[in-house]
Amino acid sequence: MHEHDVIVVGAGGAGLRAAIAAQEAGADVAIVSKLHPVRSHTGAAEGGINAALRDADSWEDHAYDTMKGSDYLGDAPAVEALCQESPEEVIQLEHWGMPFSREEDGRVSQRPFGGLSFPRTTYAGAETGHQMLHTMYEQVVKRGITVYDEWHVMELAVTDEDDPADRTCHGVVAYDIQSGEISGFRAENGVILATGGMGQVFDHTTNAVANTGDGVAMAYRAGAPMEDMEFIQFHPTTLPSTGVLISEGVRGEGGILYNEEGERFMFEHGYANNDGELASRDVVSRAELTEVNEGRGIEDEYVHLDMRHLGEERILDRLENILHLAEDFEGADGLTEPMPVKPGQHYAMGGIETNEFGETVIGGLYAAGECACASVHGANRLGGNALPELIVFGKRAGRHAAGEEMGEAEVTTGKDGDWEAADYEFETEVGETGGQGPAAADGGAVATDPDGVLEAEVERAEARVEELLSRKGRNHAEIRSTVQQTMTANVNVFREEGRLEKTLDDLREAREAYKDVAVSDPSRTFNTDLIHTMETRNILDIAEALTMGALARKEFRGAHWRKEHQERKDENWLKHTLVSWNDGEPELWYKPTILEGENKTYEPKNRSY
Amino acid sequence: MSTQTPTQTEESSETDAEADVPSKGDERRDEKRRRAAEERARRQAEEAEKAAADEETVELKVFRYDPEVEGKQEPRFDTFHVPFTKGMTVLDALMYSRDTYDSSLTFRHSCRQAVCGSDAMFVNGGQKLACKTQIAELEQPIRVEPLPHAEVRKDLVVDMEHFYDQMEAVEPYFQTNEYPDGELEEQRQTRENREKIKMSTRCIWCSACMSSCNIAAGDNEYLGPAAINKAYRFAMDEREGEDIKQKRLEIIEQEHGVWRCQTQFSCTEVCPKDIPLTEHIQELKREAVKNNLKFW
Repeated sequence: MHEHDVIVVGAGGAGLRAAIAAQEAGADVAIVSKLHPVRSHTGAAEGGINAALRDADSWEDHAYDTMKGSDYLGDAPAVEALCQESPEEVIQLEHWGMPFSREEDGRVSQRPFGGLSFPRTTYAGAETGHQMLHTMYEQVVKRGITVYDEWHVMELAVTDEDDPADRTCHGVVAYDIQSGEISGFRAENGVILATGGMGQVFDHTTNAVANTGDGVAMAYRAGAPMEDMEFIQFHPTTLPSTGVLISEGVRGEGGILYNEEGERFMFEHGYANNDGELASRDVVSRAELTEVNEGRGIEDEYVHLDMRHLGEERILDRLENILHLAEDFEGADGLTEPMPVKPGQHYAMGGIETNEFGETVIGGLYAAGECACASVHGANRLGGNALPELIVFGKRAGRHAAGEEMGEAEVTTGKDGDWEAADYEFETEVGETGGQGPAAADGGAVATDPDGVLEAEVERAEARVEELLSRKGRNHAEIRSTVQQTMTANVNVFREEGRLEKTLDDLREAREAYKDVAVSDPSRTFNTDLIHTMETRNILDIAEALTMGALARKEFRGAHWRKEHQERKDENWLKHTLVSWNDGEPELWYKPTILEGENKTYEPKNRSY
Repeated sequence: MSTQTPTQTEESSETDAEADVPSKGDERRDEKRRRAAEERARRQAEEAEKAAADEETVELKVFRYDPEVEGKQEPRFDTFHVPFTKGMTVLDALMYSRDTYDSSLTFRHSCRQAVCGSDAMFVNGGQKLACKTQIAELEQPIRVEPLPHAEVRKDLVVDMEHFYDQMEAVEPYFQTNEYPDGELEEQRQTRENREKIKMSTRCIWCSACMSSCNIAAGDNEYLGPAAINKAYRFAMDEREGEDIKQKRLEIIEQEHGVWRCQTQFSCTEVCPKDIPLTEHIQELKREAVKNNLKFW
């Protein structure tokens, strides 16, 4: 048993920033992560960090762009917090030594990004995330913050009152990947989930193999709702064979998209007559797939991204990393030929429902970064807005969990404010399948007694691992692959009712199959078979909630496109979708979006670029 | 050429202790091991047959070892036949082998795009990142082993603690005595200075360099190329100032620091991020001399 004031789960940008902030606020903090911190996927972020640093720019403009980009599904108090605090956080990173790209006068450079009214994206070449991750890990080393690396968190220790708002979180149960030991980690003040993305729910993704949405699924099963899960960003420029990301920076610097006929389709086919290639990501992704579907794609699969005209000097200065990626993973030389690109799953706008301090509905449980939904991205995230979210909300959650007084939250959690039940009947049964042993049980709350809940959770985790290792059954890999394929085939950029319903059916079958899952590697030493098997359960829960949201939301907003519903419907849908696990019987409900900011109300406008 | 034979003293004593009290779980696990071994042998035989009929198949010979699993305590090589697809990397082939034939095949990997630094291994006798090593460029059969000069935990996974300790021994964090006065004001850095440290900041901590270094193999306290490069990254950053630079030079010119390097360039050759490690070490030596520091 380990004990700390604050436990941070995950060691990417949000987790590291949260840990530093909690320590600065006086807490004894520890990070528990299934990867060593420098392996975290924040390191793969390329483009940059939006921050209104200059006199000609303002946080108000950044907030306006972000609300518009979100298609008016962002919550203004969270969006404004992001835009107000991003500049000081960027300067903080610079003061910690982060090697930003520079202007002639030695100041931090900024470049244009899609959907922004001012070139406010700070960056470090095309490897901004790598530099940010390493800079923050350096600070963690400097401060001597305890890191339990290669410990996989299995479940949260949350009490089991009927109403999730009455529940409290007292720690986590984790599995030491190196030794097979299961241990409880008691958190006196709070647990902060910073587990990142869930791209492995899909087949073609820019996300790492480790991005299985563990935190989102754990919090969900413990009673914290998932919010706006149907909003998935598909990045328009990923390499076709691997899903490796080609930064929006390429288009920011002037890169051009062409179809097979050599047409600059963003303009020539009227997808975005003003902004062209720099239109919002959802717009560009749909344009590319429309080109392919109408027979103008190359090899019926992708389009070309051309940056040759930028010249070797500029490419080497600002986009050198892109040359390596295109060469190593697609065999294309960006200096002499256009690069093949197609849309790929990139980012989850939704996640664990939180307020603007990172608090979930469960007492003592926080979430920050991509796994959380405050919500700053609404229906569509702007490029360059993910990294500032990590540092702004990581810091906020860390301070709050350490006990700093931060005032009253404006964003509500749970059914605390206005809410309405969804009247949607799914054709397929969803949720817990019933009849499973400890291996596939939901891992939700086990005890009401706050003192005993961690021990009870440890015992259950031990039973689960024991059963997985000792019984005979099905390997998880096939189940995971089935889920990924059905999600990419049917819950992609274009969505239709029939295919979404079919997906719920496929997921039901996968859940049934998972009841017989077993791990064939009997070892307690570095058993990745076991870790992947537990992750697959998380993938299943997320895929289902995501598809439920996609079916229920009968409109076209931001990244969520529905064939049968081709308009944004503000009269009915200026509201968030929430899915609560409800002890195995998922419940869908809504709460209104907050458009009232500090000094103004963001009136929904037509989102044209 | 093989890599290293793991020491097994601790593991065998542990196994003995467990053997005294065989539980039901142990029996089930033994039974399971037998079944798994049979199943694996059957599938691999099938694949070998298919391979003989099909030229577009890749043959991998992969190092296997597990301190607690019978049959794997003695290191061995398993052969996997994987259908070749264009652009396939060593990591792709390993993942295919694991997901299709043997789910116990163990290796670290995450981002698949050469930035997380998890999957450095010894491929056909050289330190490589599996995710950015194209199968088409390798001679077959492809021999895949854990990184040399590190303790093997299991299969292709090595203990990284020593590498992390060395990285953390050089005060690997930015330090300065002077920040700009204005709130929200950044420190200035010239483009030339950023360019100077750029390559050194690309390190992904994969430890390929450390594994390739003969000196590090013989001197366990040697900081090694990656840690010295980390020191270089800060020592050359003009934002830190001269007094901090002085302190940094003192750290790297210690007994197990830069002077151990014999400029064999093996680290520079294997670095997957093309960092000129040897040059960086040489430059620090020159800086140390310039500063008239003690010469070991």
